[in-house]
Amino acid sequence: MSSQDIPEKNLPTAQDEHGAAVAVADEENPFADPGLPPHEHRIQDIDERAAKRSERTVALLFTTSMLATIGFIASYVTIPIDQNIFVWPIGHISALNFALGMTLGVALFAIGAGAVHWARTLMSDEEIVDERHAIEATPEVKAKVIADFKQGAKESALGRRKLIRNTMFGALALFPLSGIVLLRDLGPLPGTKLRHTLWKPGKLLINQNTHEPMRPSDIAVGSLTFAQPEGLEEHDHDFQKEIAKAALMLVRIQPDNIKDKQTLEWSHEGILAYSKICTHVGCPISLYEQQTHHVLCPCHQSTFDLADGGKVIFGPAGHALPQLRIGVNDEGYLEALDDFEEPVGPAFWERG
Amino acid sequence: MKKLSARRRHPLAAVVVLLLALACTGGLYAVFAPADKAQAEETSQSLAIDEGKKLYSVGCASCHGTGGQGTSDGPSLVGVGAAAVDFQVGTGRMPAQQPGAQVPKKKNIYTQAEIDQLAAYIASLGAGPAIPTAELYSPEGADIAKGGELFRTNCAQCHNFTGKGGALTHGKYAPSLEDVDPKHIYEAMQTGPQNMPSFPDTTMSEQNKKDIIGYLHAVNSDDTVEPGGLNLGGLGPVTEGLFGWIFGLGALVAVAIWVAARTAKAKKS
Repeated sequence: MSSQDIPEKNLPTAQDEHGAAVAVADEENPFADPGLPPHEHRIQDIDERAAKRSERTVALLFTTSMLATIGFIASYVTIPIDQNIFVWPIGHISALNFALGMTLGVALFAIGAGAVHWARTLMSDEEIVDERHAIEATPEVKAKVIADFKQGAKESALGRRKLIRNTMFGALALFPLSGIVLLRDLGPLPGTKLRHTLWKPGKLLINQNTHEPMRPSDIAVGSLTFAQPEGLEEHDHDFQKEIAKAALMLVRIQPDNIKDKQTLEWSHEGILAYSKICTHVGCPISLYEQQTHHVLCPCHQSTFDLADGGKVIFGPAGHALPQLRIGVNDEGYLEALDDFEEPVGPAFWERG
Repeated sequence: MKKLSARRRHPLAAVVVLLLALACTGGLYAVFAPADKAQAEETSQSLAIDEGKKLYSVGCASCHGTGGQGTSDGPSLVGVGAAAVDFQVGTGRMPAQQPGAQVPKKKNIYTQAEIDQLAAYIASLGAGPAIPTAELYSPEGADIAKGGELFRTNCAQCHNFTGKGGALTHGKYAPSLEDVDPKHIYEAMQTGPQNMPSFPDTTMSEQNKKDIIGYLHAVNSDDTVEPGGLNLGGLGPVTEGLFGWIFGLGALVAVAIWVAARTAKAKKS
């Protein structure tokens, strides 16, 4: 492509129309700086009536915002909280919510739209060139800094007095340890509390629906019941902490259908008590399918076979679901015979 | 007495005697009638069982066996009770169209009278839960807050916290509870259809079930009040976040592009 093909206006000029200096192609810089394109005026810059129109538009937007804000306050004061209206296409909605949202939205949007319109039509839109300069310091400054540093190093005598230097390094290296030691106070050590729950020999199983102890005859084959340990009340200050470990689900399977011998031994006439906490990351699992005897975790689809010792048959869980050994007491109520043998819930560092 | 005997030849005496005789007959009939009525009821019950057996042989026996004992294609129906029949047939799940992971709800082709006859027949095979009365499952008089608590403890893991349903393993699913007849919800809790566990009265009392139905009526029915509007399927934070990111952010991007794409210059290039 020869220079003849380039349209005249695209060729570099020595000066742009504002008179600013513009680089010209030479030996070192084969490509010339084309400079800024000529400034074009907006209609508002030329026509005073158009500028007035824009001014009125901006003022109208700001006024709209003011009215919407007043509308917000008025809606808050006048609309009852329980009034429901139908708004297409949202459907039934609380009149107060709708009015507050709309007025607040309009008030904010009108401020933004007004500011954008103001900036685009009325404020100056002339492009301004601000030349960059080199970041590097001048050679004199550099030489002075280096000389100062060398003199300082010589006066401190760090190179010669090695004892001072080494002990200083030691002090600086040890000092952060005090901060690390304080991290211990972030919380008490877990101790063995991850290994124990509220269940212990003789604790009655309490139905979470009725808050009553249960008899074996209450639990039908194919049913699902949730239980908590006797003595734990919902208003206890540590209820959440304790139920998170002790939550129990009770199912009943025909003893012939129980595949695992220990599972059958730990049950009472086919009534099985399993922890409700997934061994993967601790989600509550109770998506029980009574025909397959599988329990599914809704978080990551871990699946456990309750007829076979709570064995993991699918998904990321690493341990079988812990089973609680149960029996009946002298009065005929279901009770725990022991705590869970393994820690419930997700694995942890020292679980082994 | 003299007066009465003196009138024994009165022209109306015969009429009076006749009336007395009729009254006596009527009274005697009234004394024996209840026994007859009870007999009639018993016959109508056994008639219903007979009719139900006929319906059963046509619609159900091929999978559940000629006597409801079950085959390799369908479970035994001995002891499932009338409530299970009313649920399965009333929601159109039974008779099943084809084997599969789960039998879906479909159009019910039986009349309520026929369903009652089928239920009577199945109930005669073995004792099981009866069809609940309207008083048990009506949402009136339910403690909705307690119902919500019970629903979240017992049902929400599969059916979602407002009963919108959810997926299970191998193509099985917990169906949505929207617009399900309260009677069918009650029966499902009592009998545990398909893979759903049952929640018998011994572990979830009648009042508990009523509270749950009241809660579902409040959050997932035509009468549900939605103060927030546009519930996006009630599926929780995933749909809400997706909607916010796609449509909320999308609208902001569109406005920004529109503002920048329009030039304010007098000479349009």
